[in-house]
Amino acid sequence: MAPVQAQAVTVTSDSSIVPEKIRDGIDLEINGEHYRHTGDPQMPLLWYLRDVLRLTGTKYGGEHGQNGADLVLLDGKAVSAIDQPMTKLAGRQVVTVEGLAGNDGSLHPVQQAFVDEDAIGCGYCTPGWLIAAVDLLRRKPNPGDDDIDRLPNLCRCGCQTRVRSAIKRVAAGKAGQP
Amino acid sequence: MSNDRVTVHNQIQLSRRRFLQVLAGTAGALVVGIRMADAADAPLPLAMLGDTFNDLGAYVRIDADGNVLIGARDPDTGTGVATSLPRIIADELDADWNRVSVVSLGLGVTDNNGQPRWTYGRQIGGSGGAIPAAWNDLRHVGALARWLLLQAAARRLGVPASNLRCDAGTVIAPDGRRFTYGSLAADASKIALPASVPLLKNAANYQLIGKPVGDVDARAIVTGLTRYAIDEHYGDELIAVLAHCPWADGTLAQIDTTDTLAVKGVLKVVQLKPEPGQPLGSTVIAPAVAVLAVDTWSALQGREKLKLEWKPGASGGESSNALEQRASALLAGKTDPTTRVRNDGDVEAASKKAARRLEATYFQPWLGHATAEPMNCLVRLEKDRASLVVPTQAPQKAWAVVQRLTGLSPAQIDIRVPRVGGGYGRRLDHDYVAEAVMVAKAVDKPVRLMWTREEDFDHDYYQSGSVHHLSVILDRKRQLLGWNQRMASASALAHRNTPDNRLWTSELHADQLPAALVPNYRSDWYALNSAMPRGPMRGMPHTSNAFAVESFIDEIAHSMKEDPLVTHLRMLGEPRELPLSVGGTFNTGRLANVLKLVADRIEWKNWLHSVNGLGIACWHIDGAYVAHAIEVAMQNQKLVIQRVVCAADVGRVINPLGLEGQLAGATLDALSTALNLAITFKDGLIQQHNYKDYPLASMAQLPNAVEVIVVPADDRPPAGASFLAMPTAAPALANAVFRASAVRVRRLPLMKELLRML
Repeated sequence: MAPVQAQAVTVTSDSSIVPEKIRDGIDLEINGEHYRHTGDPQMPLLWYLRDVLRLTGTKYGGEHGQNGADLVLLDGKAVSAIDQPMTKLAGRQVVTVEGLAGNDGSLHPVQQAFVDEDAIGCGYCTPGWLIAAVDLLRRKPNPGDDDIDRLPNLCRCGCQTRVRSAIKRVAAGKAGQP
Repeated sequence: MSNDRVTVHNQIQLSRRRFLQVLAGTAGALVVGIRMADAADAPLPLAMLGDTFNDLGAYVRIDADGNVLIGARDPDTGTGVATSLPRIIADELDADWNRVSVVSLGLGVTDNNGQPRWTYGRQIGGSGGAIPAAWNDLRHVGALARWLLLQAAARRLGVPASNLRCDAGTVIAPDGRRFTYGSLAADASKIALPASVPLLKNAANYQLIGKPVGDVDARAIVTGLTRYAIDEHYGDELIAVLAHCPWADGTLAQIDTTDTLAVKGVLKVVQLKPEPGQPLGSTVIAPAVAVLAVDTWSALQGREKLKLEWKPGASGGESSNALEQRASALLAGKTDPTTRVRNDGDVEAASKKAARRLEATYFQPWLGHATAEPMNCLVRLEKDRASLVVPTQAPQKAWAVVQRLTGLSPAQIDIRVPRVGGGYGRRLDHDYVAEAVMVAKAVDKPVRLMWTREEDFDHDYYQSGSVHHLSVILDRKRQLLGWNQRMASASALAHRNTPDNRLWTSELHADQLPAALVPNYRSDWYALNSAMPRGPMRGMPHTSNAFAVESFIDEIAHSMKEDPLVTHLRMLGEPRELPLSVGGTFNTGRLANVLKLVADRIEWKNWLHSVNGLGIACWHIDGAYVAHAIEVAMQNQKLVIQRVVCAADVGRVINPLGLEGQLAGATLDALSTALNLAITFKDGLIQQHNYKDYPLASMAQLPNAVEVIVVPADDRPPAGASFLAMPTAAPALANAVFRASAVRVRRLPLMKELLRML
C-alpha cells in the first residue's frame, strides 16, 4: 500500500471549511440492496462481488466466463460477471445466486428443483446453472429440449442430465413435490 | 476436536491396529471414534487405513439437545462421500437423519516424536476407495454409540437393554416410554465399554443404507453459501496470481517488473522455482512469477504488465505428434518391451494353431483435468503455526509439502479441506500448495494463491497419449486362443520416485479384459520418455485400455459376422470366479449379467436391423462390474446420441441416488472426453489454453438422459464406484458409431476422426 504522507493543514480563522465532496462512486443494486463502488471503475463485477462484497456464490470460470460459472442476472438477463466492468453498471440491478431465495429462506423453484433432482456434482458450477436456468425459464416458461441444449454452461462431473430434469420439473410446476 | 477439551474414557480393540474409543464431550455429549495404533505386521486391508496411527477417528457426536454431528473424513470432490460415509454411521446408530449434520473433518494429524500420526486414518477423495475402506469401521462406530445409549436407557428404566429398541434417534421401552438420544448422551458417555464390539445390525433392518438421499450440501450449494477453498478468507490476505514459464523445465531469462509494480494495489513480485530433486507434484510445477496485490483485479492487471522472457528446457523440443510417431515406431519394431506385464501360456505356440487372426491399432490423445475450480490455496504462516485451506484430494500429501517447506512440527500444521470443485486426479498433486507456501514466506501476510483458467490448462500433470496394438488368435470354434496387447505411453508415475519396474502400473492393468479368459495372453508395455509433466487421471489406466480392448472385441465380432453380444458372452464363458493378480476375484457371471442387462434395456435384438447404430462394451475394476449400451443416429454429418444405458454391479449400495449420479456423471464425462477432447503440444508448448480449445461437451452434444441400472448385490460388501462408468462409455459409443456410419474410429477424439473419415 502507498505510504500516507502527512500534510500540513491550514486552518483559517473564519472557519470556512468546506467538506471535501464525497468521492464519486457507481451506485447499483445487488440482491435488492444498494451499493456504491468507489474503486477502479474498470473492475469487473465478478471481483467486486467476490473480493469486495465477499459474495462468493458467483464463481470464477475463466476469461469471458467460458464455463458459465460466473453468470449473474443483470436487469433480469444472464450475463457473465467477469465481462461486466463496474462502470457499465450504474443504476442497474444485479441478482446473484445468493439473491435467488426468498427473504424467509424459501428456495426459488429452480433451486428447489435442483435439490429435488440432486442435480449437483462437485457443485462449483451449480450457481451458474441456476442463473442460466432462471433466465431460460423467464424467457420460455415451458422450454423444449432444444432450448435447454442452448445453455452455455459446462460441467465435467456430468450433472447435465439431472439439470435437464430439474428445469423440466420447474416448467411442470413440480418443484418441491415428490 | 482436540484432546484438551474432552477426557478419554475407554476403548475397545477392534483389531490389532484399531480401537473404538468413547469420549465424554463437552456439555453432556457422547463422542465415539476410531483410534488406530501402530503395528508392524498389520494385515493388508488395514494398510488402506493409514500408515501410522491416531487419536480419534471418523466420529459421531450426540449432543444433549439431540443433534447428531458426524465427521466425514475423505474430501468430497463431487463423489458424494460427505453424504454416503455419514449415512453408514447414522444407520447403525438408528439416528434421525433430519437431526444429522455433517462436517468435513479436515486433516487429522498429531505429533508422534516429530513424525505425523494420521488421526482419521485414510483421507483420500476421488479414488473410488472411500466407501470400501470405511464400510466396517464406520458401522462399528455407529453400533457402539447405539449400544451405549441403550445401556443408559436400560439403567434409567431398570429393564434389560435387550428389551429396548431404537428408532430414529429414540430409545423405546416395551411399555411405550421413550427417551431421546440427546437425553441419554451424558449418561451413555460414562458407561464402561463392552469387552468386545457390539453386534452389527442385521442388514434387513437397515433404515438408511440402500435408501436414496440427496447430497447433504445441496441446500448450501444452491443458495451459494458453500465455501470452496477459493471462497475462503483470512480477512487480511494478499492475492497472488501467477505467470508460469510455458515449459515446465524452462528458465526465466529476463524480467522487468517496473510496470507491474506501478499498478495501484500491487505490492510485490515474487519468483518461484521448482526445488531440484523433488518428485513431480510436490513442488512448483514450472518456474513462475507471482504478483501479489490487495485484490484479484489489481493482481491480474499487474500480471498483464509483466515483461518476461522465458527460455525452454529439454521439453522445448517435444511435440505430441512426434511422441505418437515414436510410440508407433516402438510397437512396429522388434525391441523388447519395457515391461512384460502378463504372460499366460504361450502366445507364439498358439499362433501356429490359428484359424483366424486379426490385429488393430488404437490411438488416444493426451488429456488434461479441467477441474471447475482452478488450482488455489489459502495460507497463513506464523512463527509456530501454518494454517491452510486446500482444495485437495489427499490432505496428507499436502501436509508433507507444507512440512518440508516450513520445517514446522506435525501438529503445528492445520489443513482444512472444504468441498472441492472437482479433482479427477489433479488434486492428488500439490504443486499449488508449494507455491502458496513459498509466496507466503516472502511476505508477512496471509496469501490466497489463485490460478487463472489459462494457467490451469497450460500447467497440468497431463494424461499421456497412448498407442495400443492388439492382435488376437481364434480357433475354429471361434474361441479366443491367443491375445497380445502392446501399449506405448509415457508413464504417469515417471519422475515420482517410482521404481522403473513399476512404471507400467499407471498405464495397464494386469487383470484387464480379456486376461484370465484367454489361455495364451500377453500384455507388454513400452515406455515413452517425455519431459511433459504427467500425473494421475480419473479412470486410468482402465479408460484408455477399455477403449482399445472393447473396440477390438467388437471388430473381432464383425470379422466373424457375429453379434458382438454373442462374442462377448462366449468369451466370458460359464459364470465362475477367477483370481485377480492384485487379490480378490473376477466373477465372469456378474460381468455377463451387467452386459445382458444393458443389451435387454436397449433392445439389442434389433442390433443389426436398427436404422440407428447400437454399441455395447463391458469392463471390470477391482470386483465392480459395468457395461454400457449406446444408440446413436447419424443425421447428415451430425452425430446424435439417442440413448445411453449403463448397468453396474458394485455390491451393496449405500446411497442409490448418489450412485446413480456417479454412474451417469462419469458416463457423461467419458462421452464428453471421447467426443471432443485432446491436449496437443508443439515445441513443448501446450496448444489448449481455455475451454474454447478444450471443449467439454455442451448440453446439445450429450444425451438427454442416462438410464442407469443398478444390480441388487447386497450379498457383497460395497465396492468403489466414483469412476466405474468411465471405461466403457467411449468404446460403446465408437461401436455404435461403426454400426450407424460404417466408420471404425480407432483414434480419439472421436468427432474429429469421424468427420475426417466420413
